[in-house]
Parts: sequence; structure tokens; C-alpha cells
Amino acid sequence: MMFCGTEDPFGQLGTAVLAVLPLSFLCTGRAWGAEKPLARHANLSLSFFSSSVSHSQITRLYSRFTSLDKGENGTLSREDFQRIPELAINPLGDRIINAFFPEGEDQVNFRGFMRTLAHFRPIEDNEKSKDQNGPEPLNSRSNKLHFAFRLYDLDKDDKISRDELLQVLRMMVGVNISDEQLGSIADRTIQEADQDGDSAISFAEFVKVLEKVDVEQKMSIRFLH
Amino acid sequence: MRQVSGVALLLGLMALPAALGQRSSESPKYSNQSFAIVSFKWDHVKEPYIIALWILVASLAKIVFHLSHKVTRVVPESALLIVLGLFLGGIVWAADHIASFSLTPTVFFFYLLPPIVLDAGYFMPNRLFFGNLGSILLYAVIGTVWNAATTGLSLYGVYLTGIMGQLHSGLLDFLLFGSLIAAVDPVAVLAVFEEVHVNEVLFIIVFGESLLNDAVTVVLYNVFDSFVAIGAANVTGIECLKGIVSFFVVSLGGTLVGIFFAFLLSLVSRFTKHVRIIEPGFVFIISYLSYLTAEMLSLSAILAITFCGICCQKYVKANISEQSSTTVRYTMKMMASGAETIIFMFLGISAVDPDIWTWNTAFILLTLVFISVYRVIGVIIQTWILNRYRTVQLEIIDQVVMSYGGLRGAVAFALVALLDKDKVKDRNLFVSTTIIVVFFTVIFQGLTIKPLVQWLKVKKTEHREPKLNEKLHGRAFDHILSAIEDISGQIGHHYLRDKWSNFDRKFLRKILMRRSAQKSRDQILNVFHELNLKDAISYVAEGERRGSLAFIRSPSTDNTVNVDFSTPLPGTVESSVSYLLREKAGPVCLDMQALEQRRKSIRDTEDTLAHHTLQQYLYKPRQEHKHLYSRHEIMHSEDDKQDKEIFHRTMRKRLESFKSTKLGINHSKKFNKIHKRDRGQKRRNSSVIPNGNIPSENPVQDFTLKEKDLEFSESEENNDYETLHLGKGVNFLANVTKQNFTDTPAGIDNPVFSADDDQSVYMKFSPWLSSEDTVVPSQRARVQLPYSPDNFRRLTPIRLSNKSTDSFLLADGPEDRPRSFLPESTHM
Repeated sequence: MMFCGTEDPFGQLGTAVLAVLPLSFLCTGRAWGAEKPLARHANLSLSFFSSSVSHSQITRLYSRFTSLDKGENGTLSREDFQRIPELAINPLGDRIINAFFPEGEDQVNFRGFMRTLAHFRPIEDNEKSKDQNGPEPLNSRSNKLHFAFRLYDLDKDDKISRDELLQVLRMMVGVNISDEQLGSIADRTIQEADQDGDSAISFAEFVKVLEKVDVEQKMSIRFLH
Repeated sequence: MRQVSGVALLLGLMALPAALGQRSSESPKYSNQSFAIVSFKWDHVKEPYIIALWILVASLAKIVFHLSHKVTRVVPESALLIVLGLFLGGIVWAADHIASFSLTPTVFFFYLLPPIVLDAGYFMPNRLFFGNLGSILLYAVIGTVWNAATTGLSLYGVYLTGIMGQLHSGLLDFLLFGSLIAAVDPVAVLAVFEEVHVNEVLFIIVFGESLLNDAVTVVLYNVFDSFVAIGAANVTGIECLKGIVSFFVVSLGGTLVGIFFAFLLSLVSRFTKHVRIIEPGFVFIISYLSYLTAEMLSLSAILAITFCGICCQKYVKANISEQSSTTVRYTMKMMASGAETIIFMFLGISAVDPDIWTWNTAFILLTLVFISVYRVIGVIIQTWILNRYRTVQLEIIDQVVMSYGGLRGAVAFALVALLDKDKVKDRNLFVSTTIIVVFFTVIFQGLTIKPLVQWLKVKKTEHREPKLNEKLHGRAFDHILSAIEDISGQIGHHYLRDKWSNFDRKFLRKILMRRSAQKSRDQILNVFHELNLKDAISYVAEGERRGSLAFIRSPSTDNTVNVDFSTPLPGTVESSVSYLLREKAGPVCLDMQALEQRRKSIRDTEDTLAHHTLQQYLYKPRQEHKHLYSRHEIMHSEDDKQDKEIFHRTMRKRLESFKSTKLGINHSKKFNKIHKRDRGQKRRNSSVIPNGNIPSENPVQDFTLKEKDLEFSESEENNDYETLHLGKGVNFLANVTKQNFTDTPAGIDNPVFSADDDQSVYMKFSPWLSSEDTVVPSQRARVQLPYSPDNFRRLTPIRLSNKSTDSFLLADGPEDRPRSFLPESTHM
């Protein structure tokens, strides 16, 4: 269990997912006719989740996935996400939903679902010490930050412009704050982070300004072990 | 008369004239005379008068405590009340040399405890409670047995070494004492935990444990009490077996009694439509009856009333009117809070009685040591076991808080006071020890738990000047995390929950809820119906004014997301002072601290201002702002406001994107295409939608109408939505999170789209259009505009807002499917 399962794509996790399938049928009462997309998942290894992900975790997430999947077609649409009531009262809810969808697509399969969730897996001690030769795991600090960065960066130019920042700010504060105040906050925020004087925050600057924040801890969910 | 002078003294204390005592001593004189116009009959009103005065004193004391926030932030109220009780008891004793007041078990169990426990049950966050029921039961049952056994046995072991000197107790007496001192007290725990911000899981576990361990305590207490009575020699294996059986009978029986009365209460509240004024009374009376019934059957009364509250809350809240619901809320909080106040004060007063004091240093100290140590050990072992099965782990800090939060309270005292002096020779020692233990845990641990939590938290996050960026993005991280948690559904038990909500929907709700309540159970939907109605009314008014409905068709130009929120609504602007106050009122607010530090160190005032503004106005992430249960506060108004704001915003944004997607299209040309796609989609989804035979013009019609509405609502809603909803019931959004959103049937898509993909829009549009055919239209979705004239009727497709609530409709379960967005197809 000390190594990540990247070199063994059809190993443990493949079987884990396979083992999970009958269980989830049992749980969700799903018809066998819907098997096809699942078989597809089973062939995909979820290698970006390290091998420390337990079977029960995948079972659980899979059953969650199916319960969200109202169309029962093995993929989730934006509407499936928007149905989660808590997200409607999360100021960033819709932005986060969008983050689940690769550009230009409007469906996400279980693999994609897990791939996004994998950003939030805590970094374990044995992973920290691991040599950096392999591809960077999704739950690395930089990837966690990038996930957040992309929520701001709507036009995908790798910069958070003042407008983009203002939009997010507006989402995150109550209605009791005036535009001027908000604008000045946005200006100051950019000023604070901006190093090359382009009045925008690049990803490098974003990382730099948050270097003291314990992103590893703040952007990790305990139960995604 | 002694009491009278005591009362007089008290009144003197409160700076009131002490004339009462003197005048009362003259009263016999008057009674001799033939007829007195004014007679003074103190004896006549003595009892209730004294009770009322005590309550008054306790309440006044509460006012005094809360005059200074500094004091109550450091010292828990319960500790202050005990000290006050000691003080008052001291005065009374000094005056009369007799302890005339004490907390008698009868008063405690019959009158003071039920309101507190009912309050806890009625406001129990059910979902969290049942989600963690396993853990709660483990701590409540195994933990309590463990505490009782180890404490009793250890004390006995030490006693055998002779340190405690000569006592008249055997092993059974020690076990009896262990069992009554073992239980964590619901009253004391809540009083302290409310003021310490801990995470919701931890809160519910400790809270639930303290409520449910009553059954164990009662059984252990009864078993050992009877064992002591029959003598150690006569205790056989069969007796022990009986004891174990009685545990199950007492706990399950109590629960069943509670559930039965909850059923009864829900059923009764269904038929109180014409007697609204006594509606709240039923809630209290029937719950109280459940308590008394369980007590009568010698079952666990606390469990009975707890489960009565837990089970009935949903139905009762749906059935009774909003005013009654508010009345129930306030009355319950008032009684619980009052009872708690009195309990703690009387605990203090009861201690001032030299007759009950028997000092045995070794016994008392060792008891304190043992209960603390074994609590810690028990928590660690049980948590270790639990963490192997839990998805949400309990961490070290949680365990520390749990161990340290094991407060003993009035239940232990009342139980020990119940002991029979003849049977238990060392009763006085037990009583004294219990009092010391209660005082120690409530005062000392209550005093130190907050700094401890703070210290542990602070230790984890080093203190530093947060930058603006860090603050902003940090908060964004919090929101992201809570969204991801919601998406991945961190709390398990979906399967059982699904089953239960199915059962609930199919049977219980039909029996226990009014028809109207069944229809409008979803309060969010209500709000949107209202919004809808308002939209429709002003729409018609506008239409009449202009003479046509053409105005709606003008394409809107401003589609930017932000435009609607740019101006603060005058009604909602609160002065920053109140915000500051609120911020400060938070007992453990590290951010505030940070802010103050910053204020000192930064000269740049503008920067400070920016920080300050952010600090005040940033939405709080879910975990931070949600209080679960508070005995002293009617909750959720602030959080609700935030939730409402965000909710409206989200919905409007989804709407905007929906609309902007559609406006980009020359719809009339494409409709047939759409419809075809729609069909195609339907065929693919045929398992979901049984028959897709809508007349082909319907979608077109509907589509245009809706679009009109979209535009219309944009101009309208902006003004409306704040004013409309600020006055709404406080808790409609609270329900959002409580809903079971997993039990939704398949096949309905939410017509809320992202702005970037036309194709997909149509694809998703279709099932929604066709979904009308799936089931009988829900009554709710078909609510008609009341007394609508013809033209009004035609406007019914102004269900725009309905549309936007789709997700909630869906969350609501099958019966609530929004299948009737096309009322025309049936009406016209």
C-alpha cells in the first residue's frame, strides 16, 4: 500500500470497482439493463486515487454517484448537481458544479466525478516523501490550488482579472456591501498579490500569495482517504 | 414563617422593601376579627408564592449575568447559577439556620426535567442524530456501563485497602453509586457545549449520548438499588439476567411509548384546524403524558419524551399554523431555559445543608479522579473502535473535548437524593460526593473547557497576519470544501434513509399530515408560489395598464449576472454596528481576534477597512455558521438570511443562464427541431417516460410563454424578492438541508442550463416538457391562482419560478414531481 497504483492500472482498483458493482446494484435497486456504462467504468482504473482508497469508499461514492444520476445513464449532468439542495445555498455552488465538467462537455462519468473529487483527498505522509518522478498526483498542493484558481478564472487565460475577482467577491459577500467597497477590496486584493504589475493575478502569483496557507489541510476532506 | 423571612431577605437583596415579613407576622391578628375588608392571607398563597419568587429571582439573576458579556463569555451560566444558589442558600441558612429549600427528586423529575428533554427532542437535528445513531448508542450504552462498573469497582477496591476508613457499604453500594455517578448529564452538557463551538458531529454525539444514557442509568440504578435492598447474599445469576433483560425492556419500551405518543400527537394536530388557539397546548400536554406514562410503566421516561419530540416534530410543524409553531418554539425554549436556570440554582441552594454533608476526603477525591480517568479511557477505546467504521473520523481534539465534556449534573443529584437512608447506609457520603462531583464538573470543567478548545484550535493554526488574499481565498476554500462534501454526500446511510422516506411518504405522511400540509410541505416551493403569484398579479396589472401583453416581448438587454445585485436594497442594509456586535457575540471567534490584532498593527487604515468589510460581510461557510441546537436561542434567523440570499442569487443566476441561452435563439424557427430532439431524447429515455405523446404544438406554446415570463420576472423579481421574503417564516431554508434529496425518482431533468451549449439545452429541456405524462399531476404544482379571471387563467404557465425550483421539487420526492408545467394541455 505504500505506492500509488499508477503502474498497475488494472490492478487493485479495477477489481475494487468490479467488486463494488454488484453491491451498488443491490443498494440502488438499479436495473441490470443499465449495466453498460458501468462496465465502462470498471475498465478504467481510478489510478489517480491512490491505492489507499478503500473499497468501501469507492462503493460509497459510487452509490452516491448513482443516486445523483437521475437520468440513469451512467453520467451526471449539470442538472443532476444542481438538484443537490445544499449547493443552492452555497455561494460558489454553481462554479463548483462547472468545475466537474471538462471544457465543452455537459456530462461527467464516474471516472470524471472521481477525478474531480480526487483533488480533495488528503495528502498522506507516505505520499509526501514519495519521489517526484511520477506524474503529480491530483491531490497535490499545486493541483488543489489550481482547482480553486480555475473557479475564478472564467475565461481561462490563466489570470484572474479584476472583473473575475469582482464576480466571485460579489458571490461571496452579502447584499449589504456597496459596489465601491467591493471594488476597492478587489483592487487591494489584486495589488497585494500582483507582482508583475498587470493588474491581474496569475497562477504563479496566486500560489505565491497563498504560500503560508495550509492548503493541504484546508482543501482536503477527511473521508476521502 | 421561616420561609417568609427568607423571602423577605431575598427581597431585601433585590433592593425591594422587606415589609412582607413584618406584615405577615401580623396577619393572625386580623383573622380574629369579624370581618376585614382587606385581609392578609399569606399562608393561603405561601407555596406558589415562594415558587414564583424563586423563579423570579433566578430570572432576574440571569438578566444580571447577561448585563456583562465579559462575565458570561468566560464563566458558563450554569456555574454562575450554582454559585448564586450557594450564596442565596447561605443567606437563608444564616437567617434561619435551616435549609428549607432543596431540589427534591419529585420536583426535578416531574416538573423540571421534562421541559428540558422535550425541548432537546423537539429541536433535535434529526438527520444528524440518526446519521450518528450508532456512535451515540455505543457511547451511551457501553460508555455508561463502563463508567459505572469501573468507577464502582475501583472505589470498592480502594476501600478494601482501608484508605477511606470505615464505611458501611458493600460492593453493591459502590456499584450503585458508580451507576448514578456515571451518566453524563443532558442538562449540564448542553449548558456548556452550547457555548463552545464544536463541530456538528461531535456536538450531536455528546448531546445524543447524554440524552440516551438515561435508560442505562435508570436500569443500572434500579437494578443495584434492588440488589442492595435484597442483600448481596441473595443476588443470583437469574437476578443479573433479569437486570439485563430489564435494560432492553426499559429502553425499548420507553422509546416505543415515545413513538406512540408522537403518533398520537401528530394525529391530533392534524385535526386542530378550528381550534388554533389551543394547538400549542396539545404539543406540551401529549408529550408530557408520554413522559408520565413511561414513568408509570417504569420505563425510561427521558427516552419516551425525547423520542416523542424527535418523531413528532416533522408532522407537528407541518400541521400547526405558523403562529402556533412560533408559540410552541418560544414556549418550549422558555420553559426549558427556565427549568435549567432553576435546576442549577437549586443545586446550589441544596448544597447548603449541614445535615447532608459527610466528608471523606479519600472517597471524594478518588471519585473525581476515577470518573475523569475512566471517562478518558472509555472515550479513547470506543472512539478507536468507532473510527474503524466511521466515514467521518473522530480526531484527537474531538476525543479530548468528549472526555472533558463529560459533565455530571442534576440527574445524578436527584438519583442520589432518592436513595433510602435505611437501605444505603452511606447515603450522606454519596450525596455529598455527588454534589462535589457535580460542582466540580459544572464549575471547573465548564470554566476551562472553552479555553481548552480555543487552545487546541489555536495550537493547530498558528497566529499570523492574514493577508486580504488569504482571507478571501481561504473563505472560498471553505465554500468549495463544503460544496464537495455535499456533492460526495459525506454522511452515509443513504439506503436506509431512502427506505424510510419512502415509507414516510407512502404511509405516515398520509395519515399524520393535513392534506394542505402534504401539498405544501416544501416551504421553498411555497415561497416560490408566492413569488409566482405576485409575478402573475403584477404581470396582469401591467398588462391591463398597457392594454396588451406585448411589452413582455421586448428582448431584455442586460443579461449580466451582476447587475441585479449591484445596489443594496435599502431595507436590508444593517448598520455595521449591529454586525460588529453579532460578530463579537460569537463566543469563540478566532477571526475576530485576528482582526483586532490586525487593527493594532496596521497603520494603513484603508487596508484595515477592506479587511474589516470582508470580515463582516463574507458569507460564512456552512459548518461555521450552523448552530445545531440551542436551548436559549430561537435560531437561524441570521443564517437563514444568508441562505436565502444565496439561494435567491443562485436560482436567479441559473435562471439568467437559462434565459440567455434561449434568447440567443430564434426560437420560432427551431421549435420543430427542438421538438424532434425532444422526441428522440424521449425515446432514449423511454424507460423513464412511459408515453411521450404530447400534442406537438404544446411545447411551442409553452416555450414562448415561459420565455415571456422569464423576461418579465427579471424586471419584477429584482424588486420583489427581498421584500417578499424578508417577512417570510424564518425556517424555510432550514428545511432545504434537511430534506432527503436522495429519494428522487429518475427521469426528470432540471431546466436550468449553463449558458454555453445550445444542443444540450434542448436535450435537457425535453424530458422536462414531457415529464407531465409520467404521473398524475401533483396538486402542488397545479395550484391555481385563486379566483382567477379568464385571462388570468391563461397566464398560469407563468410558472417560471416553479421552474427554477425544480431542483427542490425533485428533492422532494416522486409525489412532488413538477410534471405539470403545461397546465394548458389539460385546461385548454
